[in-house]
Amino acid sequence: MHNSLRLRATLVLLWTALALLARDPRLLAAPLVVPQPQGYVNDLAGLLTERQRSTLETLLRAYEEKTTNQVVLLVIDSLEGEDLESYSLRVAEEWKIGQKGKDNGVLFLVALKDRKARIEVGYGLEGSLPDAVASRILRQIVFPAFRQGNYFGGIAGGLEAILQATEGEFQAPAGETGVSDRRARISASTLFSLFILFLLLSSRMGRLLLLGSLLGGGRPFGRAFGGRRGGFGGFSGGGGHFGGGGASGSW
Amino acid sequence: MTRRLSILTAFALAILTLPAVGCGYNRLQGLDEEVKAAWAEVLNQYQRRFDLVPNLVRTVQGYAAHEAETLQAVVEARSRVGGIQLDESVLQDPEKFRAFQEAQTGLGSALQRLLVVAEQYPNLKANENFRDLQAQLEGTENRIAVARKRYIEAVMAYNKAVRYFPTNLTAKYLLHLEPRQTFQPDAQPIERPPEVKF
Repeated sequence: MHNSLRLRATLVLLWTALALLARDPRLLAAPLVVPQPQGYVNDLAGLLTERQRSTLETLLRAYEEKTTNQVVLLVIDSLEGEDLESYSLRVAEEWKIGQKGKDNGVLFLVALKDRKARIEVGYGLEGSLPDAVASRILRQIVFPAFRQGNYFGGIAGGLEAILQATEGEFQAPAGETGVSDRRARISASTLFSLFILFLLLSSRMGRLLLLGSLLGGGRPFGRAFGGRRGGFGGFSGGGGHFGGGGASGSW
Repeated sequence: MTRRLSILTAFALAILTLPAVGCGYNRLQGLDEEVKAAWAEVLNQYQRRFDLVPNLVRTVQGYAAHEAETLQAVVEARSRVGGIQLDESVLQDPEKFRAFQEAQTGLGSALQRLLVVAEQYPNLKANENFRDLQAQLEGTENRIAVARKRYIEAVMAYNKAVRYFPTNLTAKYLLHLEPRQTFQPDAQPIERPPEVKF
């Protein structure tokens, strides 16, 4: 009796796990996890000092406010055997770097132990930052500094060159910046979701529906509740797309 | 009385609209469009590579003229790609699709060999113009890989909808949609590190 109960509990657990896996196929394959973005500067390898990090963060945030272009840095320790190009594309797409419709995002990815780096360029910036230019930035600015052990110099110089190349492509509409514009939209949609939630909670049928959708694992309110990831003043992806443009290299 | 009537009307409406929603008409149309868009992107990127070749060949020729064989192979592979007629029928005809894929793979590997040969010429490798072209070629190869992957995913979703019940009925009798051809993974051989012999 006791045994069969335990068996049944195990089965239920197994079934739940399988259902979760089936819902998200990436959990099954899971080569290298795409981390949550911490800001414009994501130094997972602990390469930069706090001061260096905040300098770059300020630079990149100011740049987005001015041009709406999103340039994001990710430094990882190792690719753990994964292909540089496919990892870079996954990060860029999952973080949704660049504004929706403009696709004006750039991801600068450095894998320290692999001694490899890549500049991943969104569709909208392929004109101002073509592959050859991205490759020159790596070859002529980033890698020479890296070879001398000057990692901050290489990263800062590379970012500067990326900003310079992409500067003229887009401009923030006068009077409002891309950052605050998006924040306003998010808060409006959050208010709306709260209103719907209130309506649902105020009737018994609604509560049942809500419970059902929560148990079903659906996300009844979409991105409104999970949408703002970067926190105040931080980076939050605008919905840009990438097609594999850019350049890679090793030093 | 009126209340009961309105409930009945709602029921009737629900039953009437159910088949329209359930038959997948709109979904099939959407998937069909996605496949077309993904295919256009694949062609676009192959075209980009096709356009890069003359410049690359000319630059390599300037430094490594006696690699005539490798250069000739690239030129021939390119003209084979250029000789293929590209229209909608390629996506439905397995023979045409295979020919297209073979020609593109041929050009891809001829270009790979050219880059390997170029490695042996220090002057060529130091030429900024060549390095730019090389970066463009690498970027384009990566874009091709991405476009192909997205096309494969789009076709997979589309083919499922065309074959599964009940959307297969809509696909067959209403929209006359056929399953689409897709890339085989063996088309682009997995890169192996070169063998070192002593």
